[in-house]
Amino acid sequence: MKQLLIFIRKEAYHIFRDKRTLLILLGMPMVQVLLFGFAITNEINNARIAILDLSKGEMSRDIIQRMAASGYFEIGENLHSLSDIERHFRQGKTKLVAVFPPQLEEKLLRNTPVQIQLVADATDPNTATTLINYASAIIGRYMQEQNQGKALPLAITTEVKMLYNPRLKSVYMFVPGVITIILMLMSAMMTSIAITREKELGTMEVLLVSPLRPSTIVIGKVIPYILLALTMAAIVLMLGAFVFGMPIRGSLLLLIAECVLFVITSLSLGILISTRTETQQVAMLISLMALMLPTILLSGFIFPIESMPKVLQLLSNIIPAKWFIIIIKNVMLRGTGFDFIWKETLILLGMALFFIAASIRNFKIRLA
Amino acid sequence: MPNQPAIDVQNISKRFGKQVQALEDVSFQVQPGELFGLIGPDGAGKTALMRILTTLLLADEGQARVNGWDVRKDYKLIRRNVGYMPGRFSLYQDLSVEENLQFFATIFGAAIEENYGLIRDIYSQLEPFRTRKAGKLSGGMKQKLALSCALIHKPSVLFLDEPTTGVDAVSRHEFWEMLQRLRQKGITILVSTPYMDEAGLCERVALIQKGRILSIDTPANIVGSFDKPLLAIRTDNMYRLINDLRQFESTHSAYPFGDYVHLALDRPIWPEAVHAFLAAREHTGIEIKAATVTIEDSFMELMTRS
Repeated sequence: MKQLLIFIRKEAYHIFRDKRTLLILLGMPMVQVLLFGFAITNEINNARIAILDLSKGEMSRDIIQRMAASGYFEIGENLHSLSDIERHFRQGKTKLVAVFPPQLEEKLLRNTPVQIQLVADATDPNTATTLINYASAIIGRYMQEQNQGKALPLAITTEVKMLYNPRLKSVYMFVPGVITIILMLMSAMMTSIAITREKELGTMEVLLVSPLRPSTIVIGKVIPYILLALTMAAIVLMLGAFVFGMPIRGSLLLLIAECVLFVITSLSLGILISTRTETQQVAMLISLMALMLPTILLSGFIFPIESMPKVLQLLSNIIPAKWFIIIIKNVMLRGTGFDFIWKETLILLGMALFFIAASIRNFKIRLA
Repeated sequence: MPNQPAIDVQNISKRFGKQVQALEDVSFQVQPGELFGLIGPDGAGKTALMRILTTLLLADEGQARVNGWDVRKDYKLIRRNVGYMPGRFSLYQDLSVEENLQFFATIFGAAIEENYGLIRDIYSQLEPFRTRKAGKLSGGMKQKLALSCALIHKPSVLFLDEPTTGVDAVSRHEFWEMLQRLRQKGITILVSTPYMDEAGLCERVALIQKGRILSIDTPANIVGSFDKPLLAIRTDNMYRLINDLRQFESTHSAYPFGDYVHLALDRPIWPEAVHAFLAAREHTGIEIKAATVTIEDSFMELMTRS
């Protein structure tokens, strides 16, 4: 026990005395959250659009005004003829052009169908789709208001309710994702480097010729890093909550407990890597390559697992990050309790135990 | 068992890969309380042998026992009871002198106060730098700290792998004085070194070359086994001198030795004969004197013989 305590203290000295690394470790989550939050987002604000209003009536003016007031669009130029549209897109001045046909009001009064044309620049398909959706919604809502009180012949409308994230804010998606990636990468990388560093500096040689058990070395390495990783998780959560308004609807205690479990899983994975590598560089590369890509691509953070090919879906089951993202989204957004996520928790726990057992088994008690 | 050797090495062989034969059929014994030197040039297999004895490597063949414990089976017991100082400085550079000592004392389940008597001579010199980071110590100081850490749990056998390599002459001298004092306290010490002049400070030495032991004896006996007349020679052209001497009819061997060339002769002859031979070959500034035999001369002789 005394041995374990002094080992943890030694490890803590390593962490706190390397000020530069510590700064990077704590600064990185902040930078990542802010980057994801402000730069990498699929919400669109103030997109420049152009208008070709051939109707020049009250109705078209109303719609244009609503679009401008929505905050999504910034009305740029007013075009004068259909031939202007092509030229305008080519110059890259606009993302979307709304074309109002002539005699909008008259046609509507006469009950003839009217079409407002939305032309979008689909070189960036995601943006185009989003803009079209925004614009259609605004026009649709306007029409609904106009029709109020009037009996319409057989109209089916859909009423959409977005549960848990009514405004479809992307922060709800990336905060869980960023926490997962940071905890996974940092934890795995930090421990794998911490152990290979001892191999490189030759201190492992001295530790081996001592009564220290492999389990003491492994656990002593892991504990300080659990605390460090949790600090990083706290930074991300607080930034998410205070800067981007990300809610934590479930129990905070449960959230922390699940974070601890995931950190232990990642740390033990890092130790497993370090038992198989001899230098810090190799350990770092493996942690990055073998963990970063699967964690980002196969965890459901960016690409939904349901739409992947069957093989990848199966493969995603062995990615610890997938289970953690399910858990954390449930707790943070849906506010569910443990009874809804026990299965995922159990899977993570199983993985953690497997990695710990494997790394203690693989721990080399000799040099070669 | 009163006469059980502290270290017992029997027919140890170790191979790295297919090409490198690090150790070949090495056998020797070290008695309890003995200061035993493993002398040989770089790459002779000293470190591999040290690592086998400290249970860090497994030998391919042969058996070794430390305090009667088998290095393969009883590695846990050996690790608990020996002190090991690797060739490379292997303490935590970002921990202070005091923290390093405390760490190693605790992981061996020892208290510093308990065994302070053992390291007092060494550690007292480090005391003024107690709070300094180990990485900022001088080479000699580092070695003293490493030795303190290896001793703090009062090991019965101490393994020192090239403890004086890269250390200045004064510190080297001090280090060996410490080893002499430790030996008086009954600790068995196996020390390896590439410096031939340190061999004389051991009770017995094993000369090792290319993984094989050339000779095991006391330094005096090893020196005494050199039975050839030995001259130290210097001229203005040292490179040509060796080649020329090797063509001299009575030459047994000629090799560089510091500023001189040592010339071992097959039979006693007058130095004037050598002088005349060199003068005939247009050497200038010829200086010839009788040389005292050292371990290095014996080592060269053993090497040429094997």
